Amino acid sequence: MSVLLDKNAKVICQGITGTAGLFHSKACREYGTKMVGGVTPGKGGTEIEGFKVFDTVEQAVKATGANTTMIFVPALFAADAILEAAAGGIKLIVCITEGIPANDMAKVNKILKGYPDVRLIGPNCPGIITPGVAKVGIMPGYIHRPGKIGIVSRSGTLTYEAVWQVTQLGMGQSTCIGIGGDPIVGTTHIDAMRLLNEDKNTEAVIMIGEIGGSNEEEAALYVKKHMKKPVAAFIAGASAPPGKRMGHAGAIVSGGKGTAKEKIAALEAAGIVVAKSPGEIGNALLEAMKKSKGKKKAAKPEKLSKKDRKKLEKEKRKKEKKKNKK
Amino acid sequence: MKLHEYQAKEIFAKYGIPVTPGAVVKHLSEVDEALKKFPQGPWVVKAQVHAGGRGKAGGVKFAKTEQEVQEKSAAILGMTLISPQTGPEGKLVKKIFITPAVDYVKELYVSVVLDRVNRTPIILASAEGGTEIEELAVTKPEAIFKIIVDPIEGLHAYQARQLHLRLGLPQEAINQGAKLFQNMVRCFMDLDLSMLEVNPLVVLKDGSIHCLDAKVDFEDNGLARHKDYATWRDPDEEDARELEAAQHGLSYISLDGYIGCLVNGAGLAMATADAIQYFGGSPANFLDVGGSASQKAVTQAFKIILSDTRVKAILVNIFGGIAKCDVIAQGIIDAAKEVGLSLPLVVRLEGTNVEKGKELLAQSGLKYSFASSMDEAAKAVVAAVKGANS
Repeated sequence: MSVLLDKNAKVICQGITGTAGLFHSKACREYGTKMVGGVTPGKGGTEIEGFKVFDTVEQAVKATGANTTMIFVPALFAADAILEAAAGGIKLIVCITEGIPANDMAKVNKILKGYPDVRLIGPNCPGIITPGVAKVGIMPGYIHRPGKIGIVSRSGTLTYEAVWQVTQLGMGQSTCIGIGGDPIVGTTHIDAMRLLNEDKNTEAVIMIGEIGGSNEEEAALYVKKHMKKPVAAFIAGASAPPGKRMGHAGAIVSGGKGTAKEKIAALEAAGIVVAKSPGEIGNALLEAMKKSKGKKKAAKPEKLSKKDRKKLEKEKRKKEKKKNKK
Repeated sequence: MKLHEYQAKEIFAKYGIPVTPGAVVKHLSEVDEALKKFPQGPWVVKAQVHAGGRGKAGGVKFAKTEQEVQEKSAAILGMTLISPQTGPEGKLVKKIFITPAVDYVKELYVSVVLDRVNRTPIILASAEGGTEIEELAVTKPEAIFKIIVDPIEGLHAYQARQLHLRLGLPQEAINQGAKLFQNMVRCFMDLDLSMLEVNPLVVLKDGSIHCLDAKVDFEDNGLARHKDYATWRDPDEEDARELEAAQHGLSYISLDGYIGCLVNGAGLAMATADAIQYFGGSPANFLDVGGSASQKAVTQAFKIILSDTRVKAILVNIFGGIAKCDVIAQGIIDAAKEVGLSLPLVVRLEGTNVEKGKELLAQSGLKYSFASSMDEAAKAVVAAVKGANS
């Protein structure tokens, strides 16, 4: 089990004939991702390094049954590529492209509301990986290990750092989602936390945030109210001066809002263990897991009511019947 | 990219947003010419720097006579303007804007910005103009109106009329006001701005509405679409190292400290600066060589860091993903040789081709210390500076 990305993903790459698109399509294929082709307008019908190339997403979906795309289209054309993917029947859109104008993303965000079953990850993100199963993105596969820790982050290399620390501790990851460093992204921290909370195979979560916006605070509220799993976090940008954009378009403290201090306070108030330094992310995770274990022991085991037990038994019987039919 | 008031007003005029024209003066000898262009006084002389709070800092002066225009121009041109937005070192005023003064009866505030929560542009407006909006947001948040703009359709006329009335603007000017707000939003969306701000927007004696000030920030990502305006950048207003870094595809930001950082990826670069601070040091910069750093980019980055004389030690923190550690290592070696590096250097490499990278460094004869984790690296570089000082 995992979230968003599993073995059923059939992936195309939009912008596959570009240097980055081709390089990472090959890397994904080597990792085990089912790469079924790519799209470059005007190059349909050709083949590149064993990938079939189509002119449009629609054609690619019809021919290959693709349900996932990885976008490497240049920034000024990437918004159109996202919309093309959604209209073409793709359900999981991973947009790696950096530098898309925010106004373009505001438009995309509104139009995607008309596609409730489509999920966009990014833009300006490393992508998503379910270790040992598939990766759709630019992260180095070998630092990951299959396991039960979910990771969600706005950053690329800082995510690798967190992944590495988890792997060094002898644990592995269920799914790592790089949600992207832009002010407007398709999947936010809270969306990712919700998915990981509902995922049976994820036992604990690391959330990596940074200065700017209030995404992390919203996710903290969700964690406080609904999260059943231990959560550790790190917020980057404590040393950033106000008003400066720290590399990521979204990483800016403006009007005194979006500071690391505010965010850390909100996270701690939600019971999240926040790493004081980036080298402590792994240890923060251990602490969060330890803390939650203590709590679980103290709590009484839940007893099922008679009604619920009957329901469960009924379902079980139904399933068995189905099996027998087969 | 930030623009000066006079540049923003030029853009406003193109979008049918009413502003008072004026003349830009870079040298006192040009004041006469400006007065010839705008002979009707009184005037206002305004410092052109990329910072707010100019009025309180003495950068905006009223002048009744031509003689006074000369005097005020002489006072402002060449002054170091210090406002809460410039930092304690202030900003040297290299340009002024001379504009006929406008008589007004009411001051308001209007801006268009991107709202991250709603994921749309929004208008922020208040009938209480003149003051800093950040201040108003704290002291009297109910006085700020927020209008959500459709990111595709723009501001609807009915929304603009509603805003006009909520701001208490004269009923007879409702259509002019509505048009003005719509034009502001059109300008914001057309030009991919990250901010458009008018403070104050004023009501003149005849009831018409007018922008006394104008502020426009282009979003850097959108600038590629507006090449004509990209040339409007004023290099005097920007950090020379930041500009040079940008030309090499590096993301560099000056900080106040003394430890130079070279990192790949924005998040890791921020976290590295944080770690230095956490362990008692102070970062001199944020520097992201990019996820796919090339050897050349690394060499260039090193030179930029070393051009900063405050730097007393350097920390390199690379997590190789797309970027390969051996390539980065070679970049470090090349740069160190080229510039004759004498400062303490701490290197932390992890990820793709890390063994090759370590080998290259070890064989290079370069003096450096190697750290195997991020915390260890931050501690080592802080200790190196302290050791050098004692």
